[in-house]
Amino acid sequence: MKTILQIEKLTKKFSNVLAVDSLSFALEEGSITALLGGNGAGKTTTLSMLLGLLEPTSGQIKLFDRDFIQDRHSVLSRMNFSSPYVDLPQRLTVRQNLTVYAKLYGVRKVRERINLVSEEFRLEDLLDRRVRKLSSGQKTRVSLAKSMINRPDFLLLDEPTASLDPDTTSWIREFLKKYRIEQGATILLASHDMREVELLCDEVLLMKNGKLVEQGSPEELLRRHDRKSLEEVFLDVSRQGGGN
Amino acid sequence: MQMVIWGFVSQHFSSSSPELTAGGILISVVLVWDCLFRSHISYTLSFLEELWSRNLGNLFVSPLRPSELIAALASISMMRTLIGMLPAAFLAIPFFDVSVFEMGLPLLGFFLNLVLTGWAISQFVTGILIRYGLGAESLTWVLPFLIAPFSCIYYPLSTLPEWMQLVAVFVPTTYVFEGMRALLIDGVFNVEYMLQGFSLNLVYLFIGLWAFFASFQAARRHGLLLQSGE
Repeated sequence: MKTILQIEKLTKKFSNVLAVDSLSFALEEGSITALLGGNGAGKTTTLSMLLGLLEPTSGQIKLFDRDFIQDRHSVLSRMNFSSPYVDLPQRLTVRQNLTVYAKLYGVRKVRERINLVSEEFRLEDLLDRRVRKLSSGQKTRVSLAKSMINRPDFLLLDEPTASLDPDTTSWIREFLKKYRIEQGATILLASHDMREVELLCDEVLLMKNGKLVEQGSPEELLRRHDRKSLEEVFLDVSRQGGGN
Repeated sequence: MQMVIWGFVSQHFSSSSPELTAGGILISVVLVWDCLFRSHISYTLSFLEELWSRNLGNLFVSPLRPSELIAALASISMMRTLIGMLPAAFLAIPFFDVSVFEMGLPLLGFFLNLVLTGWAISQFVTGILIRYGLGAESLTWVLPFLIAPFSCIYYPLSTLPEWMQLVAVFVPTTYVFEGMRALLIDGVFNVEYMLQGFSLNLVYLFIGLWAFFASFQAARRHGLLLQSGE
């Protein structure tokens, strides 16, 4: 397997707070990896650095064999993301939003691509509705559709199934698995839904106080901690000392 | 509406103080001043809409470069300014018998100067918005009005007290309105005023761009881009 993302000693310091402390890990092409951790563990800070929204204090990010910190614009068209912390312009319709982002990502055959993602995310009836008129679950689906508009090779998802009903959550999970196989895409997701992580991810990165404290497949972590669910592993790690 | 209000004011003064309205000066300066306000507001509002909808995170993880965002905002601003100004300028002809187009080519220079001033202010304001968030939104509305008294829109530079004149000579719009008065009242096109206006605008545009990029970098260092709008 080819490594598409290599992070080495990635550190982010805000004044006196060490938000991410010398983080190192690699992601292989076609893998689905979960970034877990309690509030303030450094997940969002890490994702922000991987998206180019936040400048690291030190360390290296190598993505698609490029130095992402120095030259992120050369790879941004191969990435995309979805997060409940950002939104889409409320005045525009779903179709207008998808069109804008398709053009920003240099998508060819914009109309066909929008028809395809709207079918994939069951948005056909919402295409001409303004984003402000959508429910939070519908907005999450639109945000996911936006994140797929350029068929990214590297997809970053923050709480991808937040606000979705169990049926849609399960369906999105299956979609991501299928997408990974068909596209060979690498997916990194931050989630608090441990069941989702167990069902979807090949690898888990567990952060605490800005440090990577556990790494392995869900099965490995369960074995290592002698637990039956990832939630129990998460609680074990959260309540342990260390990581400081 | 500005054009209508100032048109009637102009009609009122034309009988009692004709020197105030000679050559349609009052309506012309109102229309032209509005170019600055519109270019600034159109630019900044387009940016604010991204902030209000918490869309900056999406934009800045796309391949869009900050310089391309600036170019897009400037293009939108130019379109909105023209859409807002042209009908008002045309309507002033039948309603008040004043045509700003009679200024000819210099009008284009005055227009561009004011649009550039609007953009310079906008770049500074959007930089502050990126760095400090929506708490700094009021600057959007206040800044154009702060430079208005120094711009000598309705009165010549010599009217101002000495300390204000010292400030006004560093305001590019002063040269636009001094130049317009020279053209409309005396029939003289003063190239020097035009060049001084453009030179100052270039300096302020450069400072505005620097402020924007410096704020953008600071926002990237402090992790403000993902939280903007919250």
